Amino acid sequence: MTEYRSYPYDVLVIGAGGAGLRAAIEAAATGVKVGVVCKSLLGKAHTVMAEGGVAAALANVDDRDNWRVHFADTMRGGQYLNNWRMAELHAKEAPDRVRELEAWGALFDRTKDGRILQRNFGGHRYPRLAHVGDRTGLEMIRTLQDHGIHSGMEVHMECTVLSLLLDGGRVAGAFGYDREKGHFMMWPAKAVVLATGGIGRAFKITSNSWEYTGDGDALAYRAGAELLDMEFVQFHPTGMVWPISVRGILVTEGVRGEGGVLRNSDGKRFMFDDIPDLYKEQTADTEDEGWRYTMGDKNARRPPELLTRDHVARCINREVKAGRGTPHGGVFLDIAWIKKHIKNAPEHIKRKLPSMYHQFKELAGIDITKEAMEVGPTTHYMMGGIRVDGDSQMSTVPGLFAAGEVAAGLHGANRLGGNSLSDLLVFGQRAGRFAAEFAKQNGAAAIDEAQAEAAAAASLAPFEHGAAGENPYQIQYDLQDSMQDLVGIVRMEDEMQRALGAIDALRTRAARVGIGGNRQYNNGWHTAMDLDNMLLVSEAITRAALLRKESRGAQFREDYPGKDPEWGKYNIVARRGADGEMLVEKRAIQPMPGELKAVIEEMK
Amino acid sequence: MADRAMFRIWRGDASGGKHQDYTTPVDEGMVVLDAVHRIQARQAPDMAVRWNCKAGKCGSCSAEINGVPKLMCMTRLSDLNLDMPVILEPMHAFPSIRDLVTDVSWNFRVKKTIKKFRPRAPDAPDGTWRMQQADVERVQEFRKCIECFLCQDVCHVLREHHKHDEFIGPRFLVYAAALEMHPLDVEDRVTDLKDKHSIGYCNITTCCRQVCPEFITITENAIIPLKERVVDRYFDPLKQLLNIL
Repeated sequence: MTEYRSYPYDVLVIGAGGAGLRAAIEAAATGVKVGVVCKSLLGKAHTVMAEGGVAAALANVDDRDNWRVHFADTMRGGQYLNNWRMAELHAKEAPDRVRELEAWGALFDRTKDGRILQRNFGGHRYPRLAHVGDRTGLEMIRTLQDHGIHSGMEVHMECTVLSLLLDGGRVAGAFGYDREKGHFMMWPAKAVVLATGGIGRAFKITSNSWEYTGDGDALAYRAGAELLDMEFVQFHPTGMVWPISVRGILVTEGVRGEGGVLRNSDGKRFMFDDIPDLYKEQTADTEDEGWRYTMGDKNARRPPELLTRDHVARCINREVKAGRGTPHGGVFLDIAWIKKHIKNAPEHIKRKLPSMYHQFKELAGIDITKEAMEVGPTTHYMMGGIRVDGDSQMSTVPGLFAAGEVAAGLHGANRLGGNSLSDLLVFGQRAGRFAAEFAKQNGAAAIDEAQAEAAAAASLAPFEHGAAGENPYQIQYDLQDSMQDLVGIVRMEDEMQRALGAIDALRTRAARVGIGGNRQYNNGWHTAMDLDNMLLVSEAITRAALLRKESRGAQFREDYPGKDPEWGKYNIVARRGADGEMLVEKRAIQPMPGELKAVIEEMK
Repeated sequence: MADRAMFRIWRGDASGGKHQDYTTPVDEGMVVLDAVHRIQARQAPDMAVRWNCKAGKCGSCSAEINGVPKLMCMTRLSDLNLDMPVILEPMHAFPSIRDLVTDVSWNFRVKKTIKKFRPRAPDAPDGTWRMQQADVERVQEFRKCIECFLCQDVCHVLREHHKHDEFIGPRFLVYAAALEMHPLDVEDRVTDLKDKHSIGYCNITTCCRQVCPEFITITENAIIPLKERVVDRYFDPLKQLLNIL
């Protein structure tokens, strides 16, 4: 009989980044009992790393902005595979969610007349990102954290969920362990919100921390939920490339928003050479026009460096492959050049981009006010994830909700920068509200001890294999190599078939994973338990990418380089078949209502 | 730079422990956390280390490197003398959990004892406020804090005198300063700072400011202005005289 402690709640939130905290605050405000489980300490979740800003059509800087422009920008960026209902709600509700943060103590940078300042970002027609220098995520998570701790929620820090508990088809809670002692924990709950973030650790070069192992996707999938759009993994165009040990660490798009330009080793601004038709009308023809846009000239169009992330990442990849890269295999990102146009440029850069200045100075010995940075693509964000209802955020499993990066739909084939921080506020709030409602309408679910027993037994297997078993870190490294090489920015049928073979072989090795020591804060054991989740999401990504025989948004198939209008009518869904096999299938996109279609036409 | 380095890492838990030596290959540009990960992956899979972002933004990987409280992810090996073993220990001001990981939960409990943000009524009919950048910047400095708790670790009131039950430490004096100086906040925390949070224990040795990885001017910009507010209210000789009269 497995020993565990039990903490029952009305609503259990798994994950304490922006989406999880926002959901917990909202649920707690309705008076239900809320528990939060997070893998790290409170306030350390990935939201803390977000830099550039939160997108909301506040129209503080450009009064032409409104929800309709934001909606159209989001749909265009997602290549129209988005859940249009989510894109609509997101554009409409983001301004209120941002203003609410100010009422809770957030201090955004200001306009001259004292309102929230907004900056330019890729794919957004007008300056739309509320920000705090380049540490917006820290400001947001701290605001939510400091507000949340007084809202009545109970937080279980450094705990990991191994399995969701089910009562018939409905969710009944979660079972997991605490890192500190390695004790098992049970959280019975009437409703569960998954807010576990992304999957970046499945790739070698990533801006994501160790936590990002696809836990939420895997937990939901095993509980019977559907995964959507898994082929769409965002490779952020600008990660650090040198030194090797910091490879992948994010360099904010805010650098380009503030006037930073991309150059190849010939000194050429190569982004002018390849502007997609969808964006021709909105993109500057000359370097001068681009600079005027940066400076707020309303008649100028944006520089090509601010095209969408999928496109910029591919252009960088192409320059490097063509031999026009930097010494360490990236391209140059130059913000220092603005000294040609601005007095006191070094001070200006340090004020607008303080953490970038600090990061390059400390980690690479580079002064970005004087020298160009070397940057290249890095695995950054998962557009795909758990398929949810656009209004309530409930998955196909009753009582199981998802919000933030782990949920799919809002971003379609490619996410615009800044739309993630607004996503987690808008849909965190909604998930919290609807989960609380579900909890009130449905009584406690029955707990099946056998499910907890099975999860506990499986988790202890690595100790039985002992230190002589497979090394968990090595399996993780090998998976990261395979995914990076075979299912990365440029994809091919035969390479992805090889990836499936590699995943199968790694799964066999993972079954023999072993670890020594005891259960007390044992990082090797934790890594061993994350492997199944990473393998599962890697398989879903690869199978979905194989099925989509076209290039669109974040997915680029060298063997199908064009966009296929027929594929524009479908999303791809992955779910577990009756015998445990993964089923991957096309799902027709619901027709968009006339009034939203009209908005898109109007904004073309 | 040397191509190998020795790390003398404290291994153990609350019941005790000892230093253990690990030699590992090192490359150009590596930080201490990279070396620890390499040792963990190849030699000590069960070694406990807490980390997240690896970019100096989350404040998880705090430790003592050759006796100095630092973030392991922001300490480059090229800045250390690799002819000698690099000594890695957990923070000393908090109870040990295991190896390099300490129990910092006290900090999260302390934060709850500080009165939360309370804004004045909105300035505009649409429920929003107006603030000038200059007024915001003063507080933004404090809000850069990544809660690594290195300032708590180095503070002698906590580290040597173990006044955890009475004193909130530099991190939460900065937190209180951010609230007190927030342009919109109307709450009063001055009495609490004196009585409940023992700001008087701080004798402004600036140790905390010197280890802050975010370069927050903790002592001068946060603690001293708060001390002044306490002094103004409770120890102003003129006011005391007036009170007597």
